[in-house]
Amino acid sequence: MAELETQQGGLAVPDGWTYAPAPESTDIVRIAERYGHYVGGEWLEASEIYETIAPRDESPLATIGQATKADVENAVAAARNAYADGWSSLPGSERAKYLFRIARILQERAREFAVLESLNGGKPIKESRDVDVPLAAAHFFYYAGWADKLEYAFPNRRPRPVGVAGQIIPWNFPLLMLAWKVAPALACGNTVVLKPAETTPLTALLFCDVLRQAELPPGVVNIVTGDGRTGAALVESEGVDKIAFTGSTEVGKAIQRQLAGSGKKLTLELGGKAANIVFDDCALDQAVEGIVNGIYFNQGHVCCAGSRLFVQESIYEPLVEKLKRRLTTLRVGDPLDKNTDVGAINSAMQLEKIKELVASGEEEGAEIYQPPCVLPEKGYWFAPTVFTNVAQSYRIAQEEIFGPVLSVLTFRTPDEAVEKANNTPYGLSAGVWTEKGSRILWMAQRLRAGVVWANTYNRFDPTSPFGGYKESGFGREGGRHGLEPYLRFDD
Amino acid sequence: MAQAPALPVGFELPLEARLPRIGAVDAVALEARAGELAKRSIKKDAKVWALLLAIRTTDLTTLEGADTPGKAAAVASKARRPDPSDPSVPSCAAVCVYPNLIPAVRERLGDSGVKVAAVATGFPSGQYPTAIKVADVRSAVELGADEIDMVIDRGAFLSGRYAKVYDEIVQVKEACGAAHLKVILETGELGTYDNVRRATLLAIAAGADFVKTSTGKISPAATLPVALCMLEAVRDVYEETGRRVGFKAAGGVRAAKQAIQNLVLVHETLGPEWLTPDLYRLGASSLLNDILMQLRKERTGAYQSGDYFTLD
Amino acid sequence: MSDRLPVKKTYKLFIGGAFPRSESGRTYEAEGQNVARASRKDARDAVKAARAAQPGWAAATAYNRGQVIYRLAEMVESRLEEFSLLCSGPDEVAAAIDRIVWYAGWADKLPQVLGGSNPVAGPYFNFTVPEPTGVVAVLAPEEPPLLGLVSRILPPLVGGNSVIAVASEARPLAAIELAEAIATSDVPGGVVNLLTGSAAELSPWLASHMDVNAIDLAGANGNTAELERAAAENVKRVVHGRADVQSPWEIAAFLEQKTVWHPMRL
Repeated sequence: MAELETQQGGLAVPDGWTYAPAPESTDIVRIAERYGHYVGGEWLEASEIYETIAPRDESPLATIGQATKADVENAVAAARNAYADGWSSLPGSERAKYLFRIARILQERAREFAVLESLNGGKPIKESRDVDVPLAAAHFFYYAGWADKLEYAFPNRRPRPVGVAGQIIPWNFPLLMLAWKVAPALACGNTVVLKPAETTPLTALLFCDVLRQAELPPGVVNIVTGDGRTGAALVESEGVDKIAFTGSTEVGKAIQRQLAGSGKKLTLELGGKAANIVFDDCALDQAVEGIVNGIYFNQGHVCCAGSRLFVQESIYEPLVEKLKRRLTTLRVGDPLDKNTDVGAINSAMQLEKIKELVASGEEEGAEIYQPPCVLPEKGYWFAPTVFTNVAQSYRIAQEEIFGPVLSVLTFRTPDEAVEKANNTPYGLSAGVWTEKGSRILWMAQRLRAGVVWANTYNRFDPTSPFGGYKESGFGREGGRHGLEPYLRFDD
Repeated sequence: MAQAPALPVGFELPLEARLPRIGAVDAVALEARAGELAKRSIKKDAKVWALLLAIRTTDLTTLEGADTPGKAAAVASKARRPDPSDPSVPSCAAVCVYPNLIPAVRERLGDSGVKVAAVATGFPSGQYPTAIKVADVRSAVELGADEIDMVIDRGAFLSGRYAKVYDEIVQVKEACGAAHLKVILETGELGTYDNVRRATLLAIAAGADFVKTSTGKISPAATLPVALCMLEAVRDVYEETGRRVGFKAAGGVRAAKQAIQNLVLVHETLGPEWLTPDLYRLGASSLLNDILMQLRKERTGAYQSGDYFTLD
Repeated sequence: MSDRLPVKKTYKLFIGGAFPRSESGRTYEAEGQNVARASRKDARDAVKAARAAQPGWAAATAYNRGQVIYRLAEMVESRLEEFSLLCSGPDEVAAAIDRIVWYAGWADKLPQVLGGSNPVAGPYFNFTVPEPTGVVAVLAPEEPPLLGLVSRILPPLVGGNSVIAVASEARPLAAIELAEAIATSDVPGGVVNLLTGSAAELSPWLASHMDVNAIDLAGANGNTAELERAAAENVKRVVHGRADVQSPWEIAAFLEQKTVWHPMRL
C-alpha cells in the first residue's frame, strides 16, 4: 500500500490534504444598524423592534422592525394607492421594462446579495452564489417577458390583475422566495406587500435598494418585517385581494381557515416529505449524488427535500455503503467559506425541532449514522444524518424534519414504491432513479406529487411550475402556470 | 488466452454480451458533480502542497514526429530539475517519449529516480496487427523503458469486439515484464461516459497498472467529468477486490488550476492515500511552467511572466 | 467648439462578427456615404458564417438567448441619438427598442405556448417541441429603415436561428449602426450577418442557396414568384414577413415542430 507523503518542501500535511480556509469577504455588503419598514417608496421608522443574527455564530447583525397591525395597514394602503394611481393601467411593456431592470440590477449586485444571504440565513456561500441569487435574477427576467404577453398565456380569457397581493415568505430561500412572489405579481399588474421571514429579513431589505435603483414607482412593492403576528395582520387586512403563503402546513391551514368565505384568492406552498426512489438499474454513483443533494442541499431546509429514501432491496447494501462513504466528504462549517457544503441551521428553534425528531428516531428503533464532524462551538449546527431500519410509521418517516436528516426505507417492486411514496398527506415532490425511460414515465404518471425529478433532484427554473398536491398546498409558481394566481379572468 | 489478475464480480468472460450492460453513467449528474468539485477553493499552504504534488506526479511529455535526441534530453533535464532557482521544487515522476528517444532520455536522467515512460502499441492510433503492437512493447522495454503507455484498440471496442481488446492488453502486460503498464482508453473517441466506464473496467480486468484517459493527440482529452467517471470505476474495483489501480490524466491539462482540480477529484473520490505518484499521474508538457509560475506567485505575491522560466 | 474635422465612418458589411469590405471591392452611394456593395460571394460567405454559428446559438439556453437580445436593446438605447439621425426619428428608434425587448421576452416561453404534450390514445408519453429551422435569409423592407429590419430579424433570431439580412438599399446606414450594436451585445459572431447593396442582385443567390433553410421575402419588391421558385430547390420555408407586426407567430414561422414518443410502462 502506497504511503502517504507527509513532508514536502518543509510543509507538513497532517492527515491527507487539508484545504485552507477560503472565506468569502463580507466587506462587499454594508448592513445598516437599524431598519424600518419600506412603504410607499420610503423608509418608515419602526415603533417595535427586534434583532436579527447570523446563525453561524449568533452574532447580531441589525435591528429590525416588528410591524404592528397599523404598520401593515399603512403598507396595504400604499399598495392600493400605487395600484390605483397607475401601476394597473401602465402598459405591460412598461411594466416589463421595470422588471427587466430589477433582473439586471440583481445580476450586477449578485455577490453582495449572496454574501448577505449566507450571513443572515446560514446556507453555504456556494449555494447562495450559484443557485439562490442567479435563480432570483432569472425569475425576474422570465416574468418580465410575460408582462406584455398575458393574452398569449391565456387566450380568450382577458386577463386582468387582481389588485393588492399580500405575500408571506419563509427563511429557507429568502431572496429566491421573494423573487418567486414579487416577479409574477408585478408582471400581472398587481402591487405587493411582502413580509419576509422573521429570521431572514436582510436580503429583502437590501432588495428595496434595487427597487430604488430601478426607479420602480413608490408603493408598488412594500416590505414590512416581523414575526407571525405581522403575517396574521397581513392575512386579515381588508385591503388585500390575494394572499400568497409559503411556509409550514400548519400555518397554511390556519390561513386557509382565516380566509374562508372572504372571496380572497389564495395560494399555498407548504411542507413535504418527498420520496426519493432508487431502482437497482440506476446510475449508482450519480444516484448517490442525487440523494445527497436531495437532503443535504441547504441543510435539508427545503420543502421538497428528498427526506424519505426508498431503495430497491436488491441494491440496498451497495447503495447505503456508498452513501455513508459519500457523507464523510461533506464539509460542514462556516457558511461564508467557499468550500463549505453544509452550513448552519437557521435558528435555535429549528435546531431544537431537528434534535427532537432525531431523538425520536433513535427511540423508535431506527439506526443512526453520522459521519465524523467537527462542529463549531457557537452557532446552530447539526451533522448530516442517515437513519436506516426505518419503518413508515416512525415519526422521522412521517413528519417533516426540515433538517439534514435522511430516513432510508426499502421496497421490492415499482408498484410498492409508488404506493409507499403516495402514502402521506403531503404531495410536493418525488425523485425517481432508474436508467429505464419507460419506468420513469410510468412512475411520473402515478406519483401524486407536483414535481417529479427523474435522475436528478432539487432542480429549479423560472420556466418550470412548482407546487404541491394535497397538504403540500395548491397553486403553482414558475412557468406560464405561475401567472394564474395573480390574475382575474373575465370568463 | 492469457491469465489476468482478480476480476471484479460479475465480470466473467466472454464479454461481448455482458459488457454493454455494465455500469450506466448519467452524464448530466456526472458533469454536475465534477463541476462542483472544480469549485473547491484551494489556497495558501494547501495550494502549495497541491502544486508540489502535481509536479511530483507529472509525466513530462514530448510526443512529436520532430522529436530528436537533443529535444528529448532537454525535456529530461527539465523533468529532473524543473526550477534550478528553487531547490525545494521536486523532480517530476517520469518523462514520456516515443521509443526511439528512450536512450537519450535514459542517459540524461541517469540515476535521478525519474522514470522513463514510453508510448508503444502503434501510438496513437493503435491500428496495427496485435503482433506488431506487442513487438513494439518488447523493443521499448529492451531499450530501457520503466513504464509503458499503451493504447487500446478503439476500432475493436466500438465494434463490440471486447475480447480482442482484452486479449491485447493481457499480451502487452506480459510483454512489459517488470515495466508497469498504463492503458490509454482515448476517452475522446469512446463517445459516451458509459463506454468510458466499461473500457476502464475492461482495462483493469485485463491487468492494467494504470488507466489513462488520452493520447493527448485529440480533443476532448482529460476533462474533469471523464476523470471522475474513471476514478469511480477505479474506486469500485478497489472496494470489491482490494486491488489499487492508478489513474493518469493526460491531454488538455495546461493550467495549474486544472491540475489542482484533478487532484481534488482524486482526493474526494478515492481519498488522500491515492495522492502519490504510485497511483496518480498527470501527463503534460506546458503545464509544468504554469505550475512553477503559480508557485513563485505564492512565494513572492506577484503574478509571473513566462520569460523567467525555461522552456525546457 | 473650434472647427474640428470629424473622422468619417467607413460603412462595411457585417459577416461572422467582423466588418469586412465587399470582396468585390465595390461600393455605392447611399445617404451621402460610400456603402459596401455586397456581392454573391459575400452572400455565400455570410451563409457559411451563419451555418457555423447556428448550432452554438441554438444550444445556448433560452434564458441566455433572451438576455443577449435584451442586451441588444440596451445597446440600441444607448445609441438612441445616432440611430434617430439614420431613420425617421426617435419615435422609430423607441419603437424598435421596445420591439427588441418584446421579442427578448419570448425566448424562454416558446415551447410553453407553441409546444406541449399530446394525449395520444396509448401508453405513450408524447410531446411536441419547437426547434429552430437553421439558417434564415431575410430581405429587409426598404422602409422603415430601422424598425423594418428589426421587425424581421428578431423573429428568427429569438427562435435560435442564425440570420443573413439584406438591408434597405436606399437607407442602409441604420442597418450598419445596428450591426455595430449587435457586435457589442454578446451575440456570437455569425449569428447575425448584415449585407448592404442591391437586394435585386443578392436575393436570387440567397433564394437558391442550398444551405439556407428559410427565406423572408419582406423586402422583395416585385419578383417574389421567381424567388419562391428558386427556393423550392431545397424546399425552403418561404415567409412573407410583415414589418408592422410583432407576434409569437412571426417567431413560429421559422421553427420546426418535433414530436417525440416514449412508452410509459414498468
